[in-house]
Amino acid sequence: MDLHFGDSKPTDDERAAVDALLGPPESSWEGADRSDADLRWARGGREARDRRDLLLPGLHAINDRIGWISEGALDYLCRRLTVPPAEAYGVATFYAMFSVKPRPATVLHVCTDLACAAAGAPELCAGIEARLGLGSGVAVERSPCLGLCERAPAALAIRAGDPVRTAVSAPTSVEEAVLAASAPDSAPEEPPAALAVPQAGQGGLMLLNRVGVVDPASLDDYRAHGGYTALRRAFELGPAGVIREVTDSGLVGRGGAAFPTGRKWQATASQPDHPHYLVCNADESEPGTFKDRVLMEGDPYALVEAMTIAGYATGAHKGYLYLRGEYPRALHLLEHAIAQARARGLLGDDVLGQGYAFDIEIRRGAGAYICGEETALFNSIEGYRGEPRSKPPFPVEKGLFGKPTVENNVETLVNVLPILTMGAPAYAAIGTQRSTGPKLFCVSGTVERPGVYEVPFGATLGDLLALAGVRDGLRAVLLGGAAGGFVRADELDIPLTFEGTREAGTTLGSGVVMAFDDSVPLPRLLLRIAEFFRDESCGQCVPCRVGTVRQEEALHRIVERTGAAAAGDIALLREVGRAMRDASICGLGQTAWNAVESAIDRLGAYE
Amino acid sequence: MTVTPLGIPRRVLEFTIDGEEARVPEGSTILDACRAAGKDIPTLCEGDTLRPKNACRVCVVEVEGARTLVPACSRKAEPGMEVRTDTERARHSRKVVLELLASSVDLSTTPRVAEWLKEYEAKPDRFGPDAARLNEEPKVDNDLYVRDYDKCILCYKCVDACGDQWQNTFAISVAGRGFDARIAVEHDAPLTDSACVYCGNCIEVCPTGALSFKSEFDMRAAGTWDESRQTETTTVCAYCGVGCNLTLHVQDNEIVKVTSPHDNPVTHGNLCIKGRFGYQHVQNRG
Ligand code: SF4
Ligand code: SF4
Ligand code: SF4
Ligand code: FES
Ligand code: FES
Repeated sequence: MDLHFGDSKPTDDERAAVDALLGPPESSWEGADRSDADLRWARGGREARDRRDLLLPGLHAINDRIGWISEGALDYLCRRLTVPPAEAYGVATFYAMFSVKPRPATVLHVCTDLACAAAGAPELCAGIEARLGLGSGVAVERSPCLGLCERAPAALAIRAGDPVRTAVSAPTSVEEAVLAASAPDSAPEEPPAALAVPQAGQGGLMLLNRVGVVDPASLDDYRAHGGYTALRRAFELGPAGVIREVTDSGLVGRGGAAFPTGRKWQATASQPDHPHYLVCNADESEPGTFKDRVLMEGDPYALVEAMTIAGYATGAHKGYLYLRGEYPRALHLLEHAIAQARARGLLGDDVLGQGYAFDIEIRRGAGAYICGEETALFNSIEGYRGEPRSKPPFPVEKGLFGKPTVENNVETLVNVLPILTMGAPAYAAIGTQRSTGPKLFCVSGTVERPGVYEVPFGATLGDLLALAGVRDGLRAVLLGGAAGGFVRADELDIPLTFEGTREAGTTLGSGVVMAFDDSVPLPRLLLRIAEFFRDESCGQCVPCRVGTVRQEEALHRIVERTGAAAAGDIALLREVGRAMRDASICGLGQTAWNAVESAIDRLGAYE
Repeated sequence: MTVTPLGIPRRVLEFTIDGEEARVPEGSTILDACRAAGKDIPTLCEGDTLRPKNACRVCVVEVEGARTLVPACSRKAEPGMEVRTDTERARHSRKVVLELLASSVDLSTTPRVAEWLKEYEAKPDRFGPDAARLNEEPKVDNDLYVRDYDKCILCYKCVDACGDQWQNTFAISVAGRGFDARIAVEHDAPLTDSACVYCGNCIEVCPTGALSFKSEFDMRAAGTWDESRQTETTTVCAYCGVGCNLTLHVQDNEIVKVTSPHDNPVTHGNLCIKGRFGYQHVQNRG
């Protein structure tokens, strides 16, 4: 590889931001001034190239410090890592949180997604833009779901600098959002995570039992509330024993695909190729989903412990926690938790004195829904564009860095703790025969008490909505998020299980339950869903890249139309939707038409 | 495929294509098998000298038991597989994919596309006059080749050929995402400010004419480009000792472009700037 760098130089600040991450460069081969020694040997090259996975953290470092990524900064980062600038440019322009054009140091992300739209986001945006006109030093960006739907409408302010400052404002108003953007340091603190859990403190919870009960910053408190008993049990059982328990528990992945977790672990554990990796998918970006955030903010040590167990069982010594870029509080709490666990011998070379080495590294996403797709996530960590890979090969065989990898989302992992403490049979007795255990649901929209709910599988949609206080005039419920489907208000007896929703022709997806009453204009909502997928398509394959655009155009045309006037476009939508479902590379394109289709078929959206 | 056989016997797999027995060596793709069986499956992003990227999705076929259609160009044949190439389902996806492409980019210089549009009864116009198109202006910033991304289907072939699969220059990459994704050099600069070494291997693999010789671009603009009047002569490059094969495309006694045979086991169709573009001296007759 013969790399070519332009002659744009980084500013001192940009250089400092990169060096703070990578350390000072050792020779002119990786960006230092030339010294006599450099004339006699070549350093960098392969060695630096092995650190390609630091590209995304490097882009974050620059963006955090300066607010955008200049040519000079990008070239300097490329020199440090021996990454071709064209590739790095391709990566930097992939993520919504980065900009390669100058912009103000403060960016205010205002959510315009489903729950926020239903709570008045359009007027809010207009109001904020009117107040923060040009020259205010704040860039206002319309954002997809910020994962704060229980407190819709939501805004997130990020001010670049050293250190970067963030402020979350939700529910927000024009005044509060403007305050968060203009003075992130003095913006009011976020309410505790427990506020998102209406059941907090109630007995009988298994996944949310500590949220609002323990101090998320205290390892001692976590231990006092049963923390680390599951890991001790895991060491007693040995890796094979842990996998047996998880398999017998009937746990299936909670991210949407519902694959048996034990089988996945077993398949990874038995791969002859090494090292094995564990990846925790905490890139929760499905509109309407916020349960992982609440778990991580309310009980961060639980995730650290669960990852340690998963790593132990599958033979991994390194776990990557890929965290949504828009979750500043979860980031701080988890960074703290990991450091504490490390300091106390619960992570590191010799976990709990058992001779097992395991550590966790946090990687921040940068605003790309598609990075929640497991193989796109690997590419993102490795420093490539977050484009899904085609399968086979499957991750258990060739995953992160081409090595056997087990990837689970936060909720799935956290389930492993009760499985080990109560034993597989007791866990399997919860829920139904084919959907075992407890399940988290994110209820939002037009309900009295939006939030994360824990119910055993088998409760009906009606039961859940009753808990959340459904309001009069319910028109429709979106199940499973933007990739899921709508059901009617008279279908509330659908049992919330994988098999029950499948039989009802819908899906549980990631556990989103978004209620809409008849004040919400359905065609606008569908348009927003289409816009979301158009925005979030990685662009790799034609059915999705162009299909999502055609889908949005057709919905635009019929937004005010019904019946015969809409029929032609609906037929077109069906044809395109069918090809997207059949021929797209990954789940994004394959599901992008689901919600709209269900709204047409089940709700009669354009009749 | 241009892989030189190494003589190691490969296991033969048996499976069926459209109900007929097919036997292919292990490692073959479904597309290899289909071609061997004489089936004509459309392909765009597949490149005979490149690893399959399976991005365009025009080659999809139905495989018994698979939830979605599978790309024939990249999926390896497996024993016992039941492949169907011409079902309504597969044809529907191919048709829509062709429509989506033809409605968003200019396929006028993509070989065989007109034929496929007809075969699949694709009607790209049905997305209406306001359907978003790329609407890119040709980038003419050097004397050797033109990048007309209005014709780009984002097949990734040029990226792969410039990157780790052949040239190792990594001068281009995909930037942006979704419908806004475009092939670009670093910082979206002109080619002349980029890492490009003008080997032209990207032109060699581009399936749509989005990348073309400046000579071809100019002649097309002037209306003088006429492939029926061109002859192709394969010869050996005289510049250096590598001895690459060159195919000279000659129209009216002028070399109008240079390609290279993909089945050459040494170069696989790749050249350097001299072999690809250094032909002017041949026709300096003054
Ligand atoms: S389906 Fe969409 S998101 Fe998935 S690979 Fe294709 S373009 Fe990318
Ligand atoms: S320029 Fe040509 S080779 Fe490159 S992606 Fe576009 S169509 Fe493919
Ligand atoms: S094309 Fe380039 S490398 Fe090949 S023989 Fe000619 S000068 Fe040598
Ligand atoms: S935070 Fe706005 S919809 Fe989720
Ligand atoms: S040719 Fe197979 S996907 Fe493009």
